[in-house]
Amino acid sequence: MTDIIDTQLANLSNKKELSQELKRRAMRTDYLGTFFKYLFFLSAFIGVLSVATIGYFLFYEGIPAIKHAGLIEFLSGREWLPPALYGIASMIVASLVSSLGAVIIGVPIAILCAVFLAEIAPKWLANLVRPAIELLAGIPSVVYGFFGLVIIVPAIQTLFNIPAGSTLLAAIIVLSVMILPTVITIAETSIRAVPSTYKEGALALGASQVYTIFKVILPAARSGILAGIVLGVARAVGETMAIIMVMGNAPAMPNSLLESARSLTANIALEMSYATGMHASSLYATGIVLLIFVMLLNACLLYLNRQRAYS
Amino acid sequence: MNQAIKDKFALTAIWTCALITILFLVWMLWHILSNGLSYVSWEFVTSSYSAIGKASGIWSMIVSTIYMVVLSISIAAPLGIMTALFLTEYAKPSSNSVKVIRFCTESLAGIPSIIYGLFGMTFFVVTLGLGFSILSGALTLSILILPVIIRTTEEALLAVPQAYREAAYGLGASKIYTIWRVILPSAMPGIITAVILSTGRIIGESAPVFLTAGMVTRIPESVFDSGRTLTVHLYKLTQELFTIHEWNQAYATATVLIMLVLAINVITKIIGKQLNKANY
Repeated sequence: MTDIIDTQLANLSNKKELSQELKRRAMRTDYLGTFFKYLFFLSAFIGVLSVATIGYFLFYEGIPAIKHAGLIEFLSGREWLPPALYGIASMIVASLVSSLGAVIIGVPIAILCAVFLAEIAPKWLANLVRPAIELLAGIPSVVYGFFGLVIIVPAIQTLFNIPAGSTLLAAIIVLSVMILPTVITIAETSIRAVPSTYKEGALALGASQVYTIFKVILPAARSGILAGIVLGVARAVGETMAIIMVMGNAPAMPNSLLESARSLTANIALEMSYATGMHASSLYATGIVLLIFVMLLNACLLYLNRQRAYS
Repeated sequence: MNQAIKDKFALTAIWTCALITILFLVWMLWHILSNGLSYVSWEFVTSSYSAIGKASGIWSMIVSTIYMVVLSISIAAPLGIMTALFLTEYAKPSSNSVKVIRFCTESLAGIPSIIYGLFGMTFFVVTLGLGFSILSGALTLSILILPVIIRTTEEALLAVPQAYREAAYGLGASKIYTIWRVILPSAMPGIITAVILSTGRIIGESAPVFLTAGMVTRIPESVFDSGRTLTVHLYKLTQELFTIHEWNQAYATATVLIMLVLAINVITKIIGKQLNKANY
């Protein structure tokens, strides 16, 4: 085959003809290669298509409820009484308070745990603890919810002597454990990414190990740790099943941490299976509010990552 | 307070926090396993579910879960791997299409799973008319795991040394031949890790599953049947914890779930070791 082609080429005595023939061959399409190139390109766009479709359906189905109730009334209404009143203020409060509480309890523990893994623990111990934390990350949220239901809820009930232990506080405790692995893993990675010269410099100046950790290493790893916290918050805001199982789900404004409450996610999961018409639409609108919260968190994350890339 | 005391105090706090984390995990595992292990038996795993009485197994939930895992992976894995190939082997890193694809993949990873459930219920169950079925659930979950597969595969592809590609092209291999015979085989451990990670994710997911696949306790005969996965089953059981049998069932189901997660973690670790051993 090659011989034939080559004689064909050799026969083209004219230089111009030769170059034209070579050009033609270079132009010859590689059908298989092109096919796969476009196949890969198309599958890469499935992700884009999914985001567009999800966004489209969410807004298409949710906007009527917001129009029906009015944006302000929908967001600030305290009463959720379908099909008459659609106000999700109590759920926004429940979602925010439970996530914030989880951050207040979980984040300090997680950061110190990351410091432990990266700086304090002997290597063998860190190698034992790290898989345990990965396991914590892999446990299904239903199992967390179950544990919360059988241990934490009764404990709160007896400890505070209240009729039902399914409260905001139970949700905060379960969520603070659930965000631990996310924050620990990312915080540890960013602590390890701090150049060792920083640490060596501080130690050489006579600073103690702990002083170095808190005054040099943690500030240098700040943006990475913040990114971990933001991801943790996103996990807490988006968590559904564990919260349903421990928070009681009463759609009323909670007045204290020891009262039942319903999160945005729980509202969707509990009522979606039977809702119709405006009721269903208002659940999509709940989803829009949830999505906007998560998008704001993602924007923070993008900003933090960019900051990290510059420094 | 002088520095030495501060240091001692801080060190104690650090050790305590690490201890709290580990103790909580141990407490949770111990509590569930000690209550559940004695009830997990061959019979419990292989007999089918009945709402009343003691002889109530989880076989139909296991079948539904397997259906869900296999179907979701076989939809998402090819798409995810091809996307990763496009991003690493074909696209120019700074081109607009790559920026859009990356942005959307990251957005997908950030969307809470309940939103997927909401979307899956409207789009797959109602609009496409698939009904509450394993197929609707698997399609929904395959979008949910797509970011995991893309990201992990991409990392594996980027770890394949440039010299392999150059050597293949130097020998006259075409691009697609190089991908098929050189790049994919060297990235295989990473791709398998991606698949296992998403298996764990599918097994653990519950909210988007019951909104799209329903909660029917029968063994699904085809992918168009509704089915109840293990996590959804545990959730339903906790809604009605009255008799001792129901408690036992809930503990035993949680135990099975934990053992599945443990197995997945161990397998990922083993493959990860293999990956480090591979000499590049």
